[in-house]
Amino acid sequence: MDWSALRLSLELAGWTLVLLLPVGILIGRWLARTEFRGRPLLQAICALPLVLPPTVVGYYLLTFMGARSPVGGLIDAWFGLSLVFSFPGLVLASLLVNLPFAILPVQRAFEAVSQELHDAAACCGMSPWRVFARVELPLAWPGVLSAAVLTFGHTLGEFGVVLMVGGNIPGETRTLSIAIFDRVQAFDPAAAGRMAALLLLISLVTVALGYGALDRRARRGAGQS
Amino acid sequence: MLSVSLQHDRPGLALDFDLPPGQLSAIVGPSGSGKTSVLRALAGLLRTRSARISLEGDIWADTNTGIFQPAHLRPVGFVGQKYALFPHMSAIENVSAALLHLPGVERKRQAQACLDAVGIAGLAARSPSALSGGQCQRVAMARALVRKPRLLLLDEPFSALDRSTRKRLHVELKRLQANLGMTVVLVTHDLDEAAQLSQTLCLLRRGRVLQHGLTSEVLRRPASVEAARLMDFSNLVQAQWIGADHKGVSLRWGEVVLRAAVGPLSKPGVPVSWTIRSSDVFLVKDGHPDESSLGVLVHARVTEVISMGDSVLATVLVQGSGGEPLRMRLRPGAVRRHGVHVGRRLRIAIHPKAVIVLA
Repeated sequence: MDWSALRLSLELAGWTLVLLLPVGILIGRWLARTEFRGRPLLQAICALPLVLPPTVVGYYLLTFMGARSPVGGLIDAWFGLSLVFSFPGLVLASLLVNLPFAILPVQRAFEAVSQELHDAAACCGMSPWRVFARVELPLAWPGVLSAAVLTFGHTLGEFGVVLMVGGNIPGETRTLSIAIFDRVQAFDPAAAGRMAALLLLISLVTVALGYGALDRRARRGAGQS
Repeated sequence: MLSVSLQHDRPGLALDFDLPPGQLSAIVGPSGSGKTSVLRALAGLLRTRSARISLEGDIWADTNTGIFQPAHLRPVGFVGQKYALFPHMSAIENVSAALLHLPGVERKRQAQACLDAVGIAGLAARSPSALSGGQCQRVAMARALVRKPRLLLLDEPFSALDRSTRKRLHVELKRLQANLGMTVVLVTHDLDEAAQLSQTLCLLRRGRVLQHGLTSEVLRRPASVEAARLMDFSNLVQAQWIGADHKGVSLRWGEVVLRAAVGPLSKPGVPVSWTIRSSDVFLVKDGHPDESSLGVLVHARVTEVISMGDSVLATVLVQGSGGEPLRMRLRPGAVRRHGVHVGRRLRIAIHPKAVIVLA
């Protein structure tokens, strides 16, 4: 069992969740409540990682994050940080790849909060921030929870982009899914099997906990009625 | 005084009216007339292209000076058609949500007192999904009133309720308004509801004010053909203006000369429309002792009789009128006494005070 790969996978999923969820909430809410000209294009960009092959996403990330690229060069010059084949680069790639998982459920959940509720909250004297915190966010919470579960679970299992951007450096970029691939390549099916079972278990528990929380919330809502 | 002047493109609004303070005023119009948009503009939920809204001197919106108070800063209470109770909060939490500027204990005390006032103190812990339509309406009303607003806005709040609940809540609204003495604006498409509840009435159509004034006056005398149509005056008839004297206006309707007690000045021969309530067209028995006091008497033939519960709607063709039918609303007893049936010839009276000449 490659415990460092497990730790790295959990760290990557944790960082992605912590950094991406607030962004997902803000962008999802913005897309749900604001009409503007470029909205379809922005929605398409956010959803693109769902339909593009991971190799294509990985190729462009490599191109833009490499030390010879303008972006990669600037980051290297300012922070002394190489994004390619490093954990920070992996986190950045993971943030981009998981955009649709963090935004789409949140956007749908905010869209389901009716204009009437908004108006009622404003006429109760609530400022726009209070309307968001007291009315919108609690009602959109199932969508936020789904986004969190999907983002965490998807990052745990991400393979293609991680391999393209991070390669296979033990302790630095070798996540559990890369380690499984590595063991299969090395004709070590027993180790690959153990790690695959562990990843399966963690993913199952993550998704089951998410569904459980949604069920509890639904039961609490029904219990009040 | 609530002064309102609004211009907007989508939805189209071009209106200007004043509503008296401390009274219940109704804005009535068909679907798409812009009445809900007016209410949203009053609440600060709709920012119109041009606006001037003030309540007793306090300006809430004025595009000329760039003033616009958003909804959360206006002292308004709002009850919408669907009540819009926050589904994740109990009844008392819904009411407390309008008092977030107060400390928690005081918030709860005032919210409970307000639920008491609207008669649902025992339902404070219930979720909106466990309340009936009438109970939801009361919670929404408590939430709107708990902040002691200076202006209460009601957007068809009774439309989704059954008849008996609606009647009960009408009485309670009148009582609340009388006790609190606040300015209330009720939007409705139901003229009967507006007639029962409001002191002032504003008729709206396609974003414009058709007529505006005391409810009793507006309902009695529509000022235009459109207003008459909106108020369901079924008799809308074309005639020619003949002349005017100290007793009123004379009109020629085919060969029949009608008198109207009040009417606009015009030139002889100019076409005008006139109307009369179906309940103001009377049957006259031969040998009536004082026929001259009944107004213009004409002969008519019944073409249709429809029973409508406690009244009968009869359509008649007036002899010499030029073919436009008149509708009469009769009591069943009168129908029996006069033997009203299709083909029957009758004498009817059209009193000058009942004839309304339209602009």
